[in-house]
Amino acid sequence: MESMNTIKRRERVTDSNLLFAIAAAIFVLMYGFGILTHGHDFLQAQTFFDLFNLNAALIILTLAESIVMIGGSIDISIGQVTALVTMSCAVFLQSGEGSIGGAILLALGIGIAFGLLQGFLVAYLKIQPFIITLAGMFLASGLMTTIHEDPINVTMPDFVHLTNFQIVIPWLGTINRNRRFIPLEIMPGTIVVLVLAVVLVILMNWSRFGRNLYAVGGNNESALMLGINVKRTRFYSHVLCGLLAGIAGFVFIMTTGAGNVGNASGFEIKAIAGSIIGGTLLSGGVGNLVGSPFGALTLLTINELIRAAGINSDFQSIANGMLLCIFIVLQNVVLRLRGTESLKLGLPGWLLPASRSR
Amino acid sequence: MARMKSRGSQLFLPLSVLAILIVINLIKGADYFSISIINGALYGNIPNILYGASELVILSIGMTLVTSSAGSQDLSVGVAATITSAVFVWVLVSAGGITWWTILAAFLVSCVAGIVIGSFNGALVATLNVQPIVATLIVFTVGRSIAFLIDGKLSPILSSNLTYQIGNAIPGVPVRTPIILTVIFIVLAAVLLKTTNLKLYSQAVGINQKAARLNGINPVRIKLLAFMIMGVCAAVAGFIAVTKAGRHDSYNLLRNIEMDAILAVAIGGNSLYGGKFSITGSIIGAYTIEVLDLTLLRLDVPTQAINAFKAVFIIILMVIASPAVREFAGNGTNWVRARLGRADQIPTAIGEDASVVPKSDISAKKEV
Repeated sequence: MESMNTIKRRERVTDSNLLFAIAAAIFVLMYGFGILTHGHDFLQAQTFFDLFNLNAALIILTLAESIVMIGGSIDISIGQVTALVTMSCAVFLQSGEGSIGGAILLALGIGIAFGLLQGFLVAYLKIQPFIITLAGMFLASGLMTTIHEDPINVTMPDFVHLTNFQIVIPWLGTINRNRRFIPLEIMPGTIVVLVLAVVLVILMNWSRFGRNLYAVGGNNESALMLGINVKRTRFYSHVLCGLLAGIAGFVFIMTTGAGNVGNASGFEIKAIAGSIIGGTLLSGGVGNLVGSPFGALTLLTINELIRAAGINSDFQSIANGMLLCIFIVLQNVVLRLRGTESLKLGLPGWLLPASRSR
Repeated sequence: MARMKSRGSQLFLPLSVLAILIVINLIKGADYFSISIINGALYGNIPNILYGASELVILSIGMTLVTSSAGSQDLSVGVAATITSAVFVWVLVSAGGITWWTILAAFLVSCVAGIVIGSFNGALVATLNVQPIVATLIVFTVGRSIAFLIDGKLSPILSSNLTYQIGNAIPGVPVRTPIILTVIFIVLAAVLLKTTNLKLYSQAVGINQKAARLNGINPVRIKLLAFMIMGVCAAVAGFIAVTKAGRHDSYNLLRNIEMDAILAVAIGGNSLYGGKFSITGSIIGAYTIEVLDLTLLRLDVPTQAINAFKAVFIIILMVIASPAVREFAGNGTNWVRARLGRADQIPTAIGEDASVVPKSDISAKKEV
């Protein structure tokens, strides 16, 4: 019995990789389906990069949520914190004394402040993370409406310049209907997403903090016995999550150029869904940060597909939910069958040693 | 004895919070408890609280059961109530005339819809072992769109005297109907929990599923049952909400109430990780939230800032109730008790300790 347990624990990491593989495969499948049904749209590089361009904030939030979830916690405040950041940045930039550097500092400051508060309460006072981050969500939305209630368009010249700034890649363009060549445009948000994804994947896979966080999320008592500072690790994970929410807020306002009460509403649920599709388990300890952007992208691709098919928005959310359902069931079935003989029979032989050795 | 004590301390927190809020209200104006009679029904602060909190109370009862047995929460309650009330309105509208019988039939159909939603969630949680928050996320994302499709248009209106009477007051009855329905529901829930083994079983499943299984309890069945009861609760709450509003707004009906319901469970002193629970605590928690909302309105807090104040209040409350602070406070009271104990009854209370330290020494300390 004892030996079986240890073997199971060692397999946890491969669970992450397995779930990641499912997420990536599903994304490729969805995108391939898009190419098959709406070839001309989905084959354009611009369509692919627009997924990043327009949804950079959501992808960053998905990464943030995955980190917290791997640590066995949850954060549902990130959407409203992002909204608060966009609103305060907008007010700050419009006040006449604002500068872009100041706005970035403000964004990071708000994010870290929320991270510190929630992290302290969750990690050191051991309050249930759901309730605390729920309070954080109320706090952020209350502060946001207190700061300003109406939408603000930022008209500060420097910022407008930043918003319109795009990196043009001439050799990857597309030809539009009028046979004119349009070069590919990448927004700064996309660069931020890619850099953050690389940094965070390295952090989670090869740094002491990252490995500790996996251990804490998997089983905090055994992590404690291994000499890991459980409280501090969990605290840092929440601070990191807050910081990322701040960054996401700045990226959001960089994309839309306006502060609005409705900004980023519902993003916390989308981020959680994206993390789950990307292979992160809410129970903690299992997850792969490479998978999270794939999860978010899968959700976005589905939306894009449905929009391209011209179905109304009610069916869009129904389709979203159905796919979420399918993924969740699929993940659980795969995780369950793993280790039993039936899955081994189902997979071709050459797949098995690869998943075993890792 | 020990059990009584822990139960008492569980209810201590929500009750004291309620008391503090009422005191704040009384300081604001002494007429807080005043009740007026308009059109034969009671109005005033207390009736308004009971009236406003009725859906929340009903949902928090179901949420407590789900939390206890599944060890996690149901995010879809508000959305489920929206769907069931859409079904209710749909049956009522397509039945033609609105009579007591059609209302009853429509209500029963909506209960069935609630049970269907509950068993969908429950099947995912119980048989597939999906975490409840994730499983209910599906209905949460889909629900409002489904409700809209059932409605077929934007907010169908219930223009009937009977539904108005259910949502507000029946002539001749001084207490408004949703309050009566809530009381009936609470009584039914209490009877269910007192006469059956449901409470014991769901606690057993929540504390240790494997142990419960070894003792002959089927965890799958208990969890499924809890989610089905949750579905019925959602149906009743949706019924009350839609008759109160008089129209079915699939986008805004009971929006964000799932958060309040979870909060009610937590304020009631229940663990959100499952196990032992107190329905009384949850009910008091639900009323506390309503009192808090109305208090903030009464204190003329600007509407934009209400959420922030609520958040600060929740954080303070959870900090007071947190294990770390409790432990700290427990140590503090033990320390005080030990000091007092030494002063009062040295030989019996801390006999061994006293034998080590000479008596004269203690009395000297006491005087200093």
